[in-house]
Amino acid sequence: APAMNCRAEVLEVSVEGRQVEEAMLAVLHTVLLHRSTGKFHYKKEGTYSIGTVGTQDVDCDFIDFAYVRVSSEELDRALRKAVGEFKDALRNSGSDGMGQISLEFYQKKKSRWPFSDECIPWELWTIKVNVVNLANEQERQICREKVGEKLCEKIINIVEVMNRHEYLPKMPTQSEVDNVFDTSLKDVQPYLYKISYQITDTLGTSVTTTMRRLIKDTLAL
Amino acid sequence: AMDTDLSSQDRKDLDKFIKFFALKTVQVIVQARLGEKICTRSSSSPTGSDWFNLAIKDIPEVTHEAKKALAGQLPAVGRSMCVEISLKTSEGDSMELEIWCLEMNEKCDKEIKVSYTVYNRLSLLLKSLLAITRVTPAYRLSRKQGHEYVILYRIYFGEVQLSGLGEGFQTVRVGTVGTPVGTITLSCAYRINLAFMSTRQFERTPPIMGIIIDHFVDRPYPTSSPMHPCNYRAGEDNGAVYPSVEDSQEVCTTSFSTSPPSQCVFTVTKTHFQTPPPVVTDTLKVPVMGLAFSHQLSSSRLSYQPAALGVGSADMGYPVLFAGGLNAAHPHQLIGAGKEGGIPPIPSQPAHGTQADQERMCTPLDGVHYSAATPSSSEDTETVSNSSEGKCGSPHDLLETIFIRKVGAFVNKPINQVTMANLDIPFAMFAPKNIELEDNDPMVNPPDSPETESPLQGSLHSEGSSGSSTGNTHDDFVMIDFKPAFSKDDILPMDLGTFYREFQNPPQLSSLSIDIGAQSMAEDLDSLPEKLAVHEKNVKEFDAFVETLQ
Repeated sequence: APAMNCRAEVLEVSVEGRQVEEAMLAVLHTVLLHRSTGKFHYKKEGTYSIGTVGTQDVDCDFIDFAYVRVSSEELDRALRKAVGEFKDALRNSGSDGMGQISLEFYQKKKSRWPFSDECIPWELWTIKVNVVNLANEQERQICREKVGEKLCEKIINIVEVMNRHEYLPKMPTQSEVDNVFDTSLKDVQPYLYKISYQITDTLGTSVTTTMRRLIKDTLAL
Repeated sequence: AMDTDLSSQDRKDLDKFIKFFALKTVQVIVQARLGEKICTRSSSSPTGSDWFNLAIKDIPEVTHEAKKALAGQLPAVGRSMCVEISLKTSEGDSMELEIWCLEMNEKCDKEIKVSYTVYNRLSLLLKSLLAITRVTPAYRLSRKQGHEYVILYRIYFGEVQLSGLGEGFQTVRVGTVGTPVGTITLSCAYRINLAFMSTRQFERTPPIMGIIIDHFVDRPYPTSSPMHPCNYRAGEDNGAVYPSVEDSQEVCTTSFSTSPPSQCVFTVTKTHFQTPPPVVTDTLKVPVMGLAFSHQLSSSRLSYQPAALGVGSADMGYPVLFAGGLNAAHPHQLIGAGKEGGIPPIPSQPAHGTQADQERMCTPLDGVHYSAATPSSSEDTETVSNSSEGKCGSPHDLLETIFIRKVGAFVNKPINQVTMANLDIPFAMFAPKNIELEDNDPMVNPPDSPETESPLQGSLHSEGSSGSSTGNTHDDFVMIDFKPAFSKDDILPMDLGTFYREFQNPPQLSSLSIDIGAQSMAEDLDSLPEKLAVHEKNVKEFDAFVETLQ
């Protein structure tokens, strides 16, 4: 069995409240761009062909920044939903605006009845967010630029990690494909992932909310 | 010996992958500098025609230029494919912004599966390129192009030329892919000093295209392949129909358009250009050359000093000193070019690392420079002199922002992991490979560890085999037995080892702790009114003191 150490990467950003969503989407989409393939089509004799992944530029409204995401409305919706919930939680928690959102890639390992399948994470991205409050328009303008520059650095960081070519799940056979990839989307195929977040309240303790897979829950779980 | 390890089918596949990877790389870069948002569709059914399973359009003119530059060759050691992105103002000032380099080094990975792993990693690398092309400073500049400046691209093949990027340029690595014949690396060097622009106000001028062509022709070294604007409208009378990318046997690259090509690619609207811009190739007077300067890497340490080297070097962007490195052994020959006839052949002399030698070599070439640069109209002369003025001028406020980018480090990255920006040698990744520092990269053979004078040094750097980035070294290794060498000292009763252990984790300075800091700040704030009153009382004394200083 391959080494199942889950590699963990942590990114930190300080943003204004209205920048939270775009900043999170930029990071999550950049990671998923690298962790999504085209749809697999298995043919006989165990070979498969791969569909095509399209990409598109996204401009941020509150940050001087643009990023590339996979062209998949389903995937974008799923990420926006998660990020929206995170943003609301940050705002409503009454905390001093600190929290983190995590994107975890995992593999499923089928177990025999009566045991349920295991989810074994192999890569975990955590974005720590610190929400700042700004006093005036001039500060906001500077923040637009600064956060844009910071996000450029984060993209470079993400690409560095991706370039290490470290552990990736083996390409699965047809019977195993749902243990490795999320095959529920119609146009692209990301590795199985889940998104969760934590809000740090003013006491420094964390209130954990874990969301199940956003796309489809499997019956075993 | 290498070929016997790689089957001929694998070799053929690999060559094809590298070729199409190079072509797609150029497409991604140029398209990212068109000035508009790119959008392509995903398709679940494989069409068999999208290289690397990515929907990347092929702009025919760009593929044409890339193929011309490559001239049937593939990137190999010493032969890199470079895409140069530069900015040109409506007044003719131009400035190199970025050089994207696709290179090959000798580190081979014999074990890797060509048709599977290499292909997928090349796909991943293209995705990284898509992401990185949006985060360098030129991206934002290119999104705003059209009125006062345009963004141009130029493809060349051979040795990388970084001299036009100004001092202190930054580099970012997009990624590497190991193959059985070498490691492909893709990176970008980009200018951070954007302060050359003149203080003149830009006004709308007649077509920028005209100035581009004229300026280009003025170059004394028509050795560089022509610049092309990233966005321009193909004229109706455009006779140059670019052949579509030819199909190869199996997988081929056909254009994957999701929108009408004329809209996507050529975006210049009437408000930007008063007259229909001429097509680039029709008006080029100078035949295209693929010759590149072959300057030694060590010459990148010399700072670019146009003033020292004489007139004319400043406005061309290629300092005359580098001309000394022109290598006549390069297959492409300088043919007579330019309006006034031939250029005498450049003497083939190896580039020397010393300033003195290069200055010597400049003298015979000065003659070349002046004879070739024959501006045929007063407008051209003005262009030439204005741009030299502009370049040597003081930094100005049109593009004030200085983009500072460092190759990022994760929050928890070990301190001893060196990033490219910290290295002493500029553009270190092009330096000889024995100082390769990417020891985390499994594709790259780990460098020989530096000779450790003492086990002390060795143990400080040993972090165990964990590949993931972790906290600082204190958390990572536990000293079991500590025998520092050279550690016995007759003067001190304590040996080095004890010293190290005792002082390994010093407590935080109390003045740095937040509580005390906050306290003293609160106290300071409270005492301010008092202090102000005292100072006000003594204002006459202060004034007298100031008088004595003047």
